[in-house]
Amino acid sequence: MSNFLNASIGRKVFMSLTGLFLISFLLIHLTLNLFLIFDDSGNLFNQAAHFMATNPIIKIMEPILALGFIIHIIWSGWITLENMKARPIGYASGDQLLKWWEPAKNMFILGGMIAIFLVLHILQFWVKMKITGDPLLNEPLNMPLEAGVEMHNAYALVAGLFKNSVLYDIVYIIGGIFVGLHITHGFWSAFQTIGFNNNNWMKRLKCLANLIGIVFAIGFSAIPLYFLIKF
Amino acid sequence: MADIILKKIYVKVWRQNSPKAKGRFETYEVINVSQGTSFLEMIDILNDELILAGKDPIAFDHDCREGICGMCSLYVNGHAHGPDTVVTTCQLHMRRFTEGQTITIEPWRVGAFPVIKDLMVDRTAFEKIQQAGGFVSVNTGGVPDGNVIPIFQDDAEEAMDAAACIGCGACAATCKNSSAMLFVAAKVSQFAKLPQGQVEAKKRAKAMVAKMDELGFGGCTNTGACELACPKSISIAHISRLNREYLKAKLAD
Amino acid sequence: MSILNSHIPEGSISEKWSNHKANIKVVSPANKMKLEIIVVGTGLAGASAAASLSELGYNVKAFCYQDSPRRAHSIAAQGGINAAKNYQNDNDSVYRLFYDTIKGGDYRSREANVHRLAEVSPNIIDQCVAQGVPFAREYGGLLSNRSFGGVLVSRTFYARGQTGQQLLLGAYSALNRQIAEGNVKMYTRHEMLDLVTIDGKARGIIARDMVTGEVKRFGAHAVIIASGGYSNVFFLSTNAMGCNCSASWVCYKKGAFFANPCFVQIHPTCIPVHGSQQSKLTLMSESLRNDGRVWTPKKMEDAEKLRKGIIGPNDIKDEDRDFYLERRYPSYGNLVPRDVASRAAKERCDAGYGVNKEGKAVYLDFKYSIERLGKHTIEKRYGNLFQMYEKITDSDPYKEPMQIYPAIHYTMGGTWVDYNLMTTIPGLYALGEANFSDHGANRLGASALMQGLADGYFVIPYTIGDYLAGEIRVPKIDTNRPEFVEAENAVVARLEKLFHIKGKTPVDHFHKKLGQIMWDKVGMARNAEGLTEAIKEIQELRVEFYKDLLVPGELKNVNPELEKAGRVADFIELGELLARDALNRNESCGGHFREESATDEGEAKRDDENFAYVAAWEYKGIDNEPVLHKEDLVFETIHLTQRSYK
Repeated sequence: MSNFLNASIGRKVFMSLTGLFLISFLLIHLTLNLFLIFDDSGNLFNQAAHFMATNPIIKIMEPILALGFIIHIIWSGWITLENMKARPIGYASGDQLLKWWEPAKNMFILGGMIAIFLVLHILQFWVKMKITGDPLLNEPLNMPLEAGVEMHNAYALVAGLFKNSVLYDIVYIIGGIFVGLHITHGFWSAFQTIGFNNNNWMKRLKCLANLIGIVFAIGFSAIPLYFLIKF
Repeated sequence: MADIILKKIYVKVWRQNSPKAKGRFETYEVINVSQGTSFLEMIDILNDELILAGKDPIAFDHDCREGICGMCSLYVNGHAHGPDTVVTTCQLHMRRFTEGQTITIEPWRVGAFPVIKDLMVDRTAFEKIQQAGGFVSVNTGGVPDGNVIPIFQDDAEEAMDAAACIGCGACAATCKNSSAMLFVAAKVSQFAKLPQGQVEAKKRAKAMVAKMDELGFGGCTNTGACELACPKSISIAHISRLNREYLKAKLAD
Repeated sequence: MSILNSHIPEGSISEKWSNHKANIKVVSPANKMKLEIIVVGTGLAGASAAASLSELGYNVKAFCYQDSPRRAHSIAAQGGINAAKNYQNDNDSVYRLFYDTIKGGDYRSREANVHRLAEVSPNIIDQCVAQGVPFAREYGGLLSNRSFGGVLVSRTFYARGQTGQQLLLGAYSALNRQIAEGNVKMYTRHEMLDLVTIDGKARGIIARDMVTGEVKRFGAHAVIIASGGYSNVFFLSTNAMGCNCSASWVCYKKGAFFANPCFVQIHPTCIPVHGSQQSKLTLMSESLRNDGRVWTPKKMEDAEKLRKGIIGPNDIKDEDRDFYLERRYPSYGNLVPRDVASRAAKERCDAGYGVNKEGKAVYLDFKYSIERLGKHTIEKRYGNLFQMYEKITDSDPYKEPMQIYPAIHYTMGGTWVDYNLMTTIPGLYALGEANFSDHGANRLGASALMQGLADGYFVIPYTIGDYLAGEIRVPKIDTNRPEFVEAENAVVARLEKLFHIKGKTPVDHFHKKLGQIMWDKVGMARNAEGLTEAIKEIQELRVEFYKDLLVPGELKNVNPELEKAGRVADFIELGELLARDALNRNESCGGHFREESATDEGEAKRDDENFAYVAAWEYKGIDNEPVLHKEDLVFETIHLTQRSYK
């Protein structure tokens, strides 16, 4: 098994599996986040956030998710480093075959940007919700609560940020686009790596990857854009 | 079809006298080259001039000059085998270049392919990968009749698609990770598609991948550049098959 | 009585090989482990021999000048490999393959060798299939066949247009397995520069490491030369740039007779020469003649307009096209043997009907088969060849007929060998294109691959035992013996001589000059006057070569110019022998066409009365004329007739 972890294909399998796992997480994340723009009262979003914060399965999944991110990030650094070693001297004429912007060529850079974004994102929301707290979270809710239930006004925190900072809106729009781009390559590539691909499926998977990537890019950047335009 | 004569072009070439020597680029002028001339013939012309001028001609690998032996190996203007598609360097023609252009020629830049001289590189690493398992272990004689095992036509065709690999190394040379996955996949996939290859399938996939890793090639990140650079258009779907074969073998361990 | 003993076994033709195998000696496994064999060249013959011999237990050292055994020029063979399988139920048989090969070779090959070749041919296909060679298959999963020039049955097995590649990769994979097991020591980028004989027996070689420039000695109990042919004596040929005759030539100079050098094959379907800077010619597979029709214009004015580029081929109506092969040879049509098709093309061009600027091209037209079968079918059959043609010529063969012209392609002549494939030097063997035995004066398409693999897989593993059984007491060859030292010194001295001439002319210029003499006077049509002139011109060229050669670079480094200089020096000598042999053979047969010996219709006329022999030449020193030895060809089974494809 140890030589599997070390083998070039073995390492990639970890990237592939964690990547697919993270995509499934993002799908849920996006679905919930879209409540932000479909209900300006914030009730839908607050209920969803409350559900996520209290559901035991989600609680179990949270550290696993964190682990998924960590493996995906550490492995990518390790793989990139190893791959760079394979070409000690580069080409003076560069690589003119693939275009400079193609995600396939820039996965590490895109991933790196997403990682930086992720830190900011966690600091701005997760840390405030779970650890430090924030005055906005205690803003009154627009709906009656059942007895004994405590619920943060997560909507106020999120909407507050997006309504008040054009800079962060732009950062989040770019973040969303990068995630989408990353996935246009990552999705089909993950299937390729675990051996689920052939000449017929290549076209289907690539098509699906582009679709998912576009949905993620539009979906995630629509939220800050919505607040930017509307408020 | 009348071919235009390029009055003057500039050729910027990597010169390196021996494996350990320090290399550098040198630029030469080549005059009056017909666009119908092949790229390697253009280097022949340049070399002839260098020899007559008392200089050392440029060393480069080439042999069949019809795109099948896999010996030629130049990285031309940012493209393995030059800026044409589905050709080897020896099939590249000067029609792809224009008057006054500077053409940069570099050796394959792959850590596992050290430079021997100028543009020649040592591709023994590919030999070692093949020796690790790129065969069906049958001795001469004592084999059954060729028609005993029927093979589905599509399978035979797909095996042939993979077997078309000429071992030139353009895949590794063009891959940003210097990965030899397409090369390894071509052989593994050819045998994976044929009944003859099944007996040793697990052993083969593991041994060839292990050898590839050991020799210092990078890993595959599915950029697909290899497929585009491959003079025989070998599909990266074969890489997926290699992954599958490898994982199957590893899961059985 | 000739001093040549071909050791043809007793018995009827179909029993000879079995009888022979029953009678020759066998080496025990324990003794095989003690014996070493050198194999020079790793094409089909060399790789298959090296692999098969090491599987038997011999210790093998294999050499090739390329960076990998897989790059040997067998890889470029396109069309296919013949085998008498009769899978098509079209009445093929070992006898029919044997007969076709003898007839195709214009009755100048040795019956017993050819019959053996036909006998083992089915085993080759089985062997290759077992190795995983992806031959073309029918829908039902069985092996597919196509037909080829000069035969009336479909017996050619193929893997798209890359059959040679696939067969070589099969042999290469077998070789790799042996290298991995340590049974074969592989020396790539090594060029054999001399043969070492001790007490008259082949005991090793001297080779130059082409990376370091070091000259090294290698000893063995037997040496096998499988280094291919000498087409590059013509400079422009379909051979790879590195293909050379040097390994065979040093053996010739050490006493191995060289047979039938004038038998050179000119392939009818090559891409025509383009300009003066061309370095080599590209073959278009003979299989194209299955679906392409060869023609030139009927009217001279059309030909003139084509040459000037005023009109294109599609402007000429069907009734104005002269399908000259169909016209002259109605029963075989476009599928006549190569020598016949080549001469017919030359005849048309010489008569002024050539279609390219130089007037040296004819058309190979797929219009008719595209109309009949659809573009898709043609693409499936020849897609890669069409693509190759378009890349080189910038013209689309789906829309415009291909231009083709004959070019030097293969050499039937080579080192003389007996039935065991042993040369006149005991312990020295020659396999594949390097020997002379199976193709007579003309080789049929798809037979070269068959012969190379037959020699390597199924002949040499048996016949070499007969010799080595007598060598089992000979200890490992000591390369410090004076014979090795002397040979190495001679090689070094020769390299230094070439290197230190420091004249004014790079080696390619001499090679081109030699090629021009050969093509003009020793090419497709030869006559006594031209050949005599050629011999004189080649001798003059040799003198000039040693006076004015310029080799740059360093002796002890990678030096392609030094390598070429050695090869061209040998080509110059071989060219002279080739012309001499052609002069001696005052008959037309197969690829050898003497203008003095033709029928009224211009077809080749053989002279069985005076020339039914193998001309084996013995080297007598550079300044002396070689001595001709004749091996009479005895035809016990096949009755000699004038070849006709009408």
